[in-house]
Amino acid sequence: MAAPEAHRAIDAVWRIESARLIAGLARLTRDVGAAEDLAQEALVAALETWPQAGVPDNPGAWLMATAKHRGIDRLRRDATLRRKHEELGRDLERHGGDGADLDAALDDEVGDDLLSLIFACCHPVLSLEARIALTLRLVGGLTTAEIARAYLVPEPTLAQRIVRARKTLAAAEVSFEVPRGAELAERLPAVLEVVYLIFNEGYAATAGEDWTRPALCEDALRLGRVLQGLAPGEPEVHGLASLMELQASRLRARLGPAGEPVLLLDQDRSRWDFVLIGRGLKALDRVEALGGTLGPYALQAAIAACHARARTPQATDWPRIAALYDALSQIAPSPVVELNRAVALGMAFGPAAGLELADAIAETGALDGYHLLASVRADLLAKLGRGAEARAEYERAAAMTQNARERALLLEHADAAE
Amino acid sequence: MRFMVMIRATDETEAGVMPGDQLLTEMNAYNDELAKAGVMLAGEGLQPSSKGARVSFSPGGATTVVDGPFAETKELIAGWWLLQVRTRDEAIEWARRIPNPEDNAFEVELRQVFEADDFGEDAPAG
Repeated sequence: MAAPEAHRAIDAVWRIESARLIAGLARLTRDVGAAEDLAQEALVAALETWPQAGVPDNPGAWLMATAKHRGIDRLRRDATLRRKHEELGRDLERHGGDGADLDAALDDEVGDDLLSLIFACCHPVLSLEARIALTLRLVGGLTTAEIARAYLVPEPTLAQRIVRARKTLAAAEVSFEVPRGAELAERLPAVLEVVYLIFNEGYAATAGEDWTRPALCEDALRLGRVLQGLAPGEPEVHGLASLMELQASRLRARLGPAGEPVLLLDQDRSRWDFVLIGRGLKALDRVEALGGTLGPYALQAAIAACHARARTPQATDWPRIAALYDALSQIAPSPVVELNRAVALGMAFGPAAGLELADAIAETGALDGYHLLASVRADLLAKLGRGAEARAEYERAAAMTQNARERALLLEHADAAE
Repeated sequence: MRFMVMIRATDETEAGVMPGDQLLTEMNAYNDELAKAGVMLAGEGLQPSSKGARVSFSPGGATTVVDGPFAETKELIAGWWLLQVRTRDEAIEWARRIPNPEDNAFEVELRQVFEADDFGEDAPAG
């Protein structure tokens, strides 16, 4: 095999195997950082060996066996870790030294290991930024360079962030286990939050020229689907997966031919991705099959599903959307949810009903400086025929947005308002 | 990015021979693996071409319907997966893992699916 070809194949194997590899090693070393180092050493060994010998039939097992042997060598040299060495030795003995047997024996534990790794990466001792970087690197299999590029930060900054996160985890002696019962319920939202933040970073860049960075959306979708397999009994896991699939289904309809944003109700619905819609609706069915009241992600997914099921904008079930936002504002109250409820009320019961709530939100001052409050008020005012006020609100919204393309769209509306 | 991975027909698939237990088990495990990795969007197995048809278009708007089966077995498709992956090489690596417990000779073809950013010069880069 030619060297460049082999390197590309190794990159691909790494992307597929690295999370399971690191997870399996972390269970043995009880240290995510040490596990990543061992996995990296196995990767280096693969880069030295595979271009000549070819990619082995079971590359995951090869990497795991190599990493374990390196780990044993290292532990032998490190007296302070002798106890862990003994545990590791016992484990290897139990599973035998052969790669394939080892792989089969570990298979049952792989799911739990991977879930443990995800919980460790999203541990509350870490900052949100650190959780995101660590999750993308260790679970998503992205390189530091890829993450840095996606988050528009210099690579050394991102590398530092990961090093610090690893140190924080080690210092806090974070246990490498899947939380159970009440602790699971307490810690799951932090995991889902990280995945959804990654998705949103891809879905709508908060600043700059580009409206979307779809690769991050795909990474988040993938993480969400992995979680569905690992925690199939958790309704919110399916709720988040459903929400992301449904939102991603509209990704390619969100941009016009010149890259300008196209709002939901103006989108060409034939450009929606029906494969993703089908997946999103199916995930929502799984939430409903599990029973219980809908959590915040499931409620947002149910709202997205109302849009996905409507063949035309006119067919949208706005009263149901308003009711779902009402339920959402009960369990996860926020001014942004209220603002969305105002939009839904306006669509379901007329612009006056929507404006009443939007004005009430404006009076609280909670969304001062948020361009969407001004643009929602502007839309409602325009529908009520209050053109001058609408124009002023559109202009205010345009001045507040960080997104250049969105600004242009708002200014167009301002011009059309009178 | 997405790839469609198409598995070609063999004499057995064209004859409507159902896959053996071993192949079924391994194929289910493989599909399960794809799903657990979050890369499989969809996939189906196709019935023999004897149950299909071809519609040919000619200039002037005439169409002709030809019923299956079709002769060129190795050009036919017997099943497909739609995979969402980060790189082309990742799609290839997944395709290499398609089980072949009966030690058959067959081929799978990978084709990249057009994405929104393949259209329009001003669309955002990945």
